[in-house]
Amino acid sequence: MIVIESLTKRYGATMAVDAVSMVIERDSITVIVGTSGSGKSTLLRMINRLVEPTSGRVLIDGRDTESEPGYRLRRRIGYVIQGHGLFPHRSVAENIGTVPRLLGWKEDRIRARTAQLLEALQLDPALYSGKYPHQLSGGQQQRVGVARALAAEPAVLLMDEPFGALDPIIREKAQDDLLDIQRKFGTTIVLVTHDIDEAFRLGDRVAVMSEGRLVQCDRPEVLLTRPVDPLVARMTGSAERAMRLLSLTTAGEAALPLSANDADGDGPVVPTSASLREVLSELLWRGGESVTVVDENGTPRGRLTVAAILARGRPR
Amino acid sequence: MSTSGFLLRRPASAQDTPALGGVDRLGALLTLVGAAGLFLLPFVAFKANRIVPGDPRSLAQALPAWAALGCRATLAAVAAAALLATNAPLRLAAAVAGIVAVAMALAAAANGLTPPHNLIVRVAPGAGFWLLLAALGLLATDAITRMRPGPGVRVLLLALFLGVTGLTLAHGTFDNVSVMREYAVNRAAFALAARQHILLSLGSLGAAAIVALPLGIFCHRVPRVRPGILGALNIIQTIPSIALFGILMVPLGALAAHVPLAAALGIRGIGAAPAALALFLYSLLPIVANTVAGLKRVPPATVEAARGMGMTRWQRLLSVELALALPVILTGIRIVLVLNIGMVTVAALIGGGGFGTFVFGGIGQAATDLVLLGAIPTVTLAFSAAVLLDALAEALDRVPR
Repeated sequence: MIVIESLTKRYGATMAVDAVSMVIERDSITVIVGTSGSGKSTLLRMINRLVEPTSGRVLIDGRDTESEPGYRLRRRIGYVIQGHGLFPHRSVAENIGTVPRLLGWKEDRIRARTAQLLEALQLDPALYSGKYPHQLSGGQQQRVGVARALAAEPAVLLMDEPFGALDPIIREKAQDDLLDIQRKFGTTIVLVTHDIDEAFRLGDRVAVMSEGRLVQCDRPEVLLTRPVDPLVARMTGSAERAMRLLSLTTAGEAALPLSANDADGDGPVVPTSASLREVLSELLWRGGESVTVVDENGTPRGRLTVAAILARGRPR
Repeated sequence: MSTSGFLLRRPASAQDTPALGGVDRLGALLTLVGAAGLFLLPFVAFKANRIVPGDPRSLAQALPAWAALGCRATLAAVAAAALLATNAPLRLAAAVAGIVAVAMALAAAANGLTPPHNLIVRVAPGAGFWLLLAALGLLATDAITRMRPGPGVRVLLLALFLGVTGLTLAHGTFDNVSVMREYAVNRAAFALAARQHILLSLGSLGAAAIVALPLGIFCHRVPRVRPGILGALNIIQTIPSIALFGILMVPLGALAAHVPLAAALGIRGIGAAPAALALFLYSLLPIVANTVAGLKRVPPATVEAARGMGMTRWQRLLSVELALALPVILTGIRIVLVLNIGMVTVAALIGGGGFGTFVFGGIGQAATDLVLLGAIPTVTLAFSAAVLLDALAEALDRVPR
């Protein structure tokens, strides 16, 4: 758990970050979103003390980050930046082994960890270990950057616009991969982006920043349904917000119990993992009134009607 | 480009001279130069003693008929390869064969023209010999460039060239050639000059590197000081070397006169001290400038990532910034070493020693052979240093540009 207490950074007369307090739960993804100049990057960089705060403090699992030298703190915290920042003169394996080597791990442990991470990121270790960054595609470089940040098994991973340099299709894949990685390694992730869609897609909680202040930090659906500030409402997009809300809930979560006459099962079906937005889109397209929700084995788990979905798209 | 050239798929590049109607342009130029050397200029100069002007002798006059014919036939074959061959190894082989033929002709001419047991008469290489050697040397280097050898192969080729040349000289093949005659009487002085020359050029470079590297890092870290430091070093660079030697003689002379310790260390107004100091000062700018340029080349995201991963300042500087800047820094060091090897020659004027003593001694005595005894090893040394450091810089550069 990361506790941020009235963290402030002042550059001369400008307040880059103005008394931000927030709590980041263990094993969750918190996305800090804001326009450029909102102080979101500075806030992130104060967590690993790449930027030293003017005042306030950060506690990671109860321990003040000021209690050890900055470089030691940073070895315990993964860090990914836009444009990956890989070392061009070092191979993929050497890049990934950077922090473990700084921490004095044994070579065979580093090798095993490198292979494990490359596999987790769908890069064949035999093929990619010896390659140099310039021999990889943009998406592969980004994945190696993530592997490098995770190498020393950090409890916390900080990501500053990690997908900013990727094109939209690869970006979506990279976002899915990140969710997988988070589930697999159970890391606490704090991610900075200016892309509200990315924030809603990835964040268990989304923190909206503006002019150095934290405007609201909550679950995505709360940001949509109960924005505390017109700015948050504007940012989450009034026109899109119903659809955004629907995309946050899966068919499995919203499914109504099955009634007796649904059991024949020859109508349209959707998987439990589909979002309500996808189910609604499917119903509009086919012109149906209801669908059966089935799990991965094809067993019916419930049903969804247009009316039930529409009810979910309204603030409660 | 000719059809045959196209079929052989010669890689197109700047080093590749385009063929003109099936004839290689560079080959044509070099053939013209070589032919001029062979037919219009004397191959050797025959001198009654070491300082009188020479009596020109052509290849035919200097060699027995069969030997002259053999040499000309070989050179004709080389010209044919230079004009028509597109295969780089073949061109290289032809150039090497040409160099061997011309060198052997020189040795044979010297042996044939010198009366037995006569140590007064001199047979000096003439303008024709030098022109032929230059044309063949260019043909060889062009062929090597076209083959694009890796750094290891280039060092190997250099070692091979130096080794064969050294063995031939040691064997006494050229003992009757005028330059080797000068060597024979200056043997001890030559060894001393070689030691001084290498020590002065490497020593000033080493001292400069120790100062210039931190200075370059400082300039990179603190952009405010950069224009001042680079500007000052630039001004030093514009002072002509002789003037700088002269300027340094005054304070160093005063230092030696007033500080006994300095005098005991061998510091004097003339000699090696002002030479070493001047070379040191000249060496600073290329190393500082290249260190700054090399560090500037390091991507900011890479340095930021290194910091974010918990590298300390020193770790970042050594294993990321300097590691990435190293090839550019080595290029600066190469420039300095080659410049220094040349400039040490001038240091002989103020008693700095080195091969320059032969050059200026030779000029003073009007003995061209003595000038060559100083100039040839200087050029060889500079050339070898350039090849070695180029290869080193390339071998260490794992980042494509």
